[in-house]
Amino acid sequence: MKTKGKLRLKRYLPLYFLFLPGGLYLLINNYIPLGGLVIAFKQYNVRDGLWGSPFVGLKNFKFLFATGDALLITRNTILYNVVFITLNTVIGIVFAIFICDAVSNRLKKVYQSVILFPYLMSAVILGYIVYAFLGTENGIVNNTILPLLGKEPIMWYQEAGYWPFILTFANMWKGTGYGCLLYISAINGIDTSLFEAAALDGASRWQRIKAITLPSLVPTIITTTLMHIGRIFYSDFGLFYQVPRNSGALFRTTNVIDTYVYRGLMEQSNVGMSAAAGFYQSIIGFLLVVLANYVVRKISEENALF
Amino acid sequence: MKEKPYSAYQIVSNLIMILWAVIIILPFVLLLMSSITEENALIRYGYSFFPKKLSLESYAYILNSGEKILRAYGVSILVTAVGVILNVALSAMMAYPLSVKDLPGKRLLSFYVFFTMLFNGGIVPSYMMWSSLGIKDTIFAQILPNLLVSAWNVMIIRTYFTTSIPDSLYEAAEIDGASQFVIFWKVVIPLGKPILITIGIFSGLSYWNDWTNGLYYLQKNKDLYNVQNLLNQMVTNISYLTKSSYSGMAEAAAKIPATGIQMAIAFVAILPVMLVFPFLQKYYTKGLTVGSVKG
Repeated sequence: MKTKGKLRLKRYLPLYFLFLPGGLYLLINNYIPLGGLVIAFKQYNVRDGLWGSPFVGLKNFKFLFATGDALLITRNTILYNVVFITLNTVIGIVFAIFICDAVSNRLKKVYQSVILFPYLMSAVILGYIVYAFLGTENGIVNNTILPLLGKEPIMWYQEAGYWPFILTFANMWKGTGYGCLLYISAINGIDTSLFEAAALDGASRWQRIKAITLPSLVPTIITTTLMHIGRIFYSDFGLFYQVPRNSGALFRTTNVIDTYVYRGLMEQSNVGMSAAAGFYQSIIGFLLVVLANYVVRKISEENALF
Repeated sequence: MKEKPYSAYQIVSNLIMILWAVIIILPFVLLLMSSITEENALIRYGYSFFPKKLSLESYAYILNSGEKILRAYGVSILVTAVGVILNVALSAMMAYPLSVKDLPGKRLLSFYVFFTMLFNGGIVPSYMMWSSLGIKDTIFAQILPNLLVSAWNVMIIRTYFTTSIPDSLYEAAEIDGASQFVIFWKVVIPLGKPILITIGIFSGLSYWNDWTNGLYYLQKNKDLYNVQNLLNQMVTNISYLTKSSYSGMAEAAAKIPATGIQMAIAFVAILPVMLVFPFLQKYYTKGLTVGSVKG
């Protein structure tokens, strides 16, 4: 027994060593900061630091909810996510069907490449691209397009009302291709003999889509949607920070939980409120992910995350 | 298959896709044209697809006097290279033990990795953690926080190792008396190459595109800015470039084609992504379909 135990140790020990560096990294980057969530219940000051600052109970949360900030950023975060999830799913599917039916293989490849490309840009670049169009002084919209239509220039970065549309379009422009890839691979996985049989029976294109393509996409649609709902309290910090250029006049329609937490921490040194908002996001986010996964498990177990 | 005269559906669907492709490409064209527009034309007529006057002065500036700009590219390249190597190495080292069938405690270790995907403390505690480790205003700020190991990548590699490397290979190597380190290095790494390249590309993109680490952790030492940080800085402070280390050059500063330069730097930041794109796309699509990453 003893020698066998030694052998086992000799065999497995190196494996634990291999795991160790990455394990330590996760400890520092992910696990220890979880303990730091207590900061949300403290009156943070730099001198006493994270652990020494005094506890103040729920004071930070009371402030957060009393100012109405919590309501606004929660509303913005959820509404944008609902719109993004809906549009990305519908357009992703439509484009995936169109791409799979492209008139030539070469075109199919071109479409696939082009729609993925913006997904690989950083948020900073996306911000510059939007600015090239909407910049007040130099933007092509104010300088060329609106004058052609005989309209007055618009101060885009001062008018909050336009931004739900601008951000939605920017998000579509950047993200459609990525979502589309998932649906393309799902369509490619459908048995082609089904389509051939349907065509022989005289089914129209639309009938084939309705009876074969869409039903086979249902599992993918359900799992991706539920997973997105699990992340409905999180948003793309880059999109909401870079594209509106951090313009204060737009906060009513551009401030989401992530940007709020950032500004509280880095720009206004309002660490308490920032930490409270972060805590609120972490906990509800976690519960939603677990819940979403539970639902996915019920519907199709092999698609569940855990 | 013989539907030769294209149906109305095919015409409409292809037209829509072509239109969308144009919508995606045009902004990049605008960026490029703006970067080669002469500065005065830019200021007078704004960004345009058909500039009144072309000029390469922005690019000349980047090459000749843009000390800050060239350094930022240097930082981007260095950080991406180091980041990718460390990321792939650490992820593969973590993934291999998790793919060994009878490793005691494997479920616990898998959960340890996986749990970080479900729950995180957010930026406030994370910022305090990394700050307390003294990485602020050092090159480590660009490499260490958040980007080094992602649970998702580890799980994808783990799945690839378990499904694509046959058990018999391990067994043969063990009978030959090879140690686990040797097996990892001589069997797992070579056979895992496709997935490791894929993860390397994912990670390279996130390092090249990252601007948040610089935003949080480089408040004083702006010499360590990467290209994205530089671009971000110029959003808030268009005269950032002109406030260069050689002081008292207000005159020279006035001649800097600031508006065009922004677009030129942005374009050069996109260029490497464009160059690796065809290569990247092949692996990227594969990486997506690698399959489930269940714990």
